[in-house]
Amino acid sequence: MADKVLMKGNEAIAEAALTAGCRHFFGYPITPQTEISAYMAKKMPKIGGTFLQAESEIAAINMVYGASAAGVRTMTSSSSPGISLKSEGLSYLAGADLPAVIVNIQRGGPGLGGIRPSQSDYFQATRAAGHGDFHMIVLAPTTVQEMFDLTIEAFDLADRFRMTAMILGDGMLGQVMEPVDISKGKEQEVIEKDWALTGTKNKRKHNLANSLYLEAEELESLNIKRFERYKQVEELARAEHYLTEDADVIVVAYGICARIAKNAIDEAREEGIKVGLIRPITLWPFPKKDLLKASETAKAFVVVEMSMGQMIQDVELSIRCSKPVLLCNRTGGMVPEPEEVIGAIRNANQEGRS
Amino acid sequence: MEIVFDRPKALTDIANHYCPGCTHGIIHRLVAEVMDELDITGSTVGVAPVGCSVFAYNYFECDMAQAAHGRAPAVATGLKRAIPENMVFTYQGDGDLAAIGTAEIVHAAARGENITVIFVNNAIYGMTGGQMAPTTLPGQVTQTSPYGRDTVTAGHPIKVCELLSTLEGTAYAERVSLDSVKNIRNAKKAIKKAFEYQQAKKGFSIVELLSTCSTNWGLEPVEAMKWLQDNMLPFYPLGVYKDKEAEV
Ligand SMILES: Cc1ncc(C[n+]2csc(CCOP(=O)(O)OP(=O)(O)O)c2C)c(N)n1
Ligand code: SF4
Repeated sequence: MADKVLMKGNEAIAEAALTAGCRHFFGYPITPQTEISAYMAKKMPKIGGTFLQAESEIAAINMVYGASAAGVRTMTSSSSPGISLKSEGLSYLAGADLPAVIVNIQRGGPGLGGIRPSQSDYFQATRAAGHGDFHMIVLAPTTVQEMFDLTIEAFDLADRFRMTAMILGDGMLGQVMEPVDISKGKEQEVIEKDWALTGTKNKRKHNLANSLYLEAEELESLNIKRFERYKQVEELARAEHYLTEDADVIVVAYGICARIAKNAIDEAREEGIKVGLIRPITLWPFPKKDLLKASETAKAFVVVEMSMGQMIQDVELSIRCSKPVLLCNRTGGMVPEPEEVIGAIRNANQEGRS
Repeated sequence: MEIVFDRPKALTDIANHYCPGCTHGIIHRLVAEVMDELDITGSTVGVAPVGCSVFAYNYFECDMAQAAHGRAPAVATGLKRAIPENMVFTYQGDGDLAAIGTAEIVHAAARGENITVIFVNNAIYGMTGGQMAPTTLPGQVTQTSPYGRDTVTAGHPIKVCELLSTLEGTAYAERVSLDSVKNIRNAKKAIKKAFEYQQAKKGFSIVELLSTCSTNWGLEPVEAMKWLQDNMLPFYPLGVYKDKEAEV
């Protein structure tokens, strides 16, 4: 218990990265994630690490590419408009099978949008982080403790599967202050990176970090191989369940929306509505099996998200559109009120009965 | 019998894909000779650009990364910061370095990033079939300046060594040419010096090499050399633009 400290979500991510052995951070300022850079700028020089404020998000992600290619644990963080600029680099990292951790503390969009919390980069994170056939692991914390824990896990997963892992948070989670047990999760899997560009020392053939394959057949077979690896990642899909066992209505929400949904569920239960929550912890891979199983007994679903409706597509696909799915959403930086969620739960309960 | 001319050890035994008369091949050889002479192949990581020299990663015996178009200096920064003991160089064309990658090269130089940049200026985009580059000369005909580069609408060429030498972090910037035996010897000296500056942790070093693209200039290899001498040399004066050593 002695290790419990009060931290902002953004700071917990930064501290977790240091715990995970990340000593190379490259970033470019953008609200609402700036505390991550500030934390790194303060800590890195003291432990012999690199904090570098790049000239742009494009440069930052390419510095991550270089550091990752050299075999070290490396991270960058940004918010929505900055992540768009990183998409080029994310695609190249995927093409060269390089691990890295990317943090997106989302704000409202499109365009410059606003600086208030949002979840409108869900498609970008889970569908099209850049051009080409590839996936990223996408982890969605809901508490400051989880921001710490999942960041450490992100580094392990990235190394294990040689892919990028994204922490998808939002401006509210980034700013929330909560006690964090930082003694947790210190065990690290150390993976030998025999592919890294460390210099041949004249002892081995040269290593290459490359994503160019002009032969279509070769590129196709590489993409197929990469997706076979993704199948193993899909086994790791997971979600938190809250009061789902007897539930007629299942609320699906991640991040800050899941916390609001929990309060709403407690109140709706008092009204006698049997309602529970499935909270995806991994957004890619999406916990499809959990939802499909729940659809066997649940009568209706409510998706709460801060976008015009993005994750709702994954929910509908997972349950094969077998039950009504209602959307309870706010956008542009607005956060749903518990009353709005309770209203949606009541509606879903009615619809489930009819 | 004494061997007086051999393939540098730092070059792989793979035939390159460059057009006949292309100077990329000469530059690869010079970089490899320098790696041999400094005995650094085992501790060097190179960064290949996007452009005709994208396959440079196949030709050098050292570890190699392939970067997105223009981003080589940022990738090199990551590689160098991760393992500072290694020698890191980028190999970039003029489209790569002076158009899409302008921000990355300017800021790597401004930071005094301890890397070496091999900058191939052939006044044109080679790989994509001969479009105008930032270095294309006024009046020069290319695919996208079919009436000759008009500086009123297309702007003026960027002189990279002049530009980067104004930055504090640049330790060494020299422009050389590959149009004669004498100039090729000088080019090698400059490349060696640039790597030695990195070894001595002096900061950012760049060698700009005036080169030919006979294919996209539409000239025979010998005519291309002559075109370089007649047109590029007067516009892009050779010489040392920055030498921090000499300043002290
Ligand atoms: C983002 C992006 N834009 C454009 C291209 C297409 N492209 C490939 S090579 C090249 C120009 C290269 O010219 P230069 O750097 O002068 O090198 P050279 O081929 O002359 O050696 C371009 C525009 C690309 N691969 N990626
Ligand atoms: S197109 Fe030009 S630069 Fe490219 S290999 Fe041929 S001659 Fe060299």
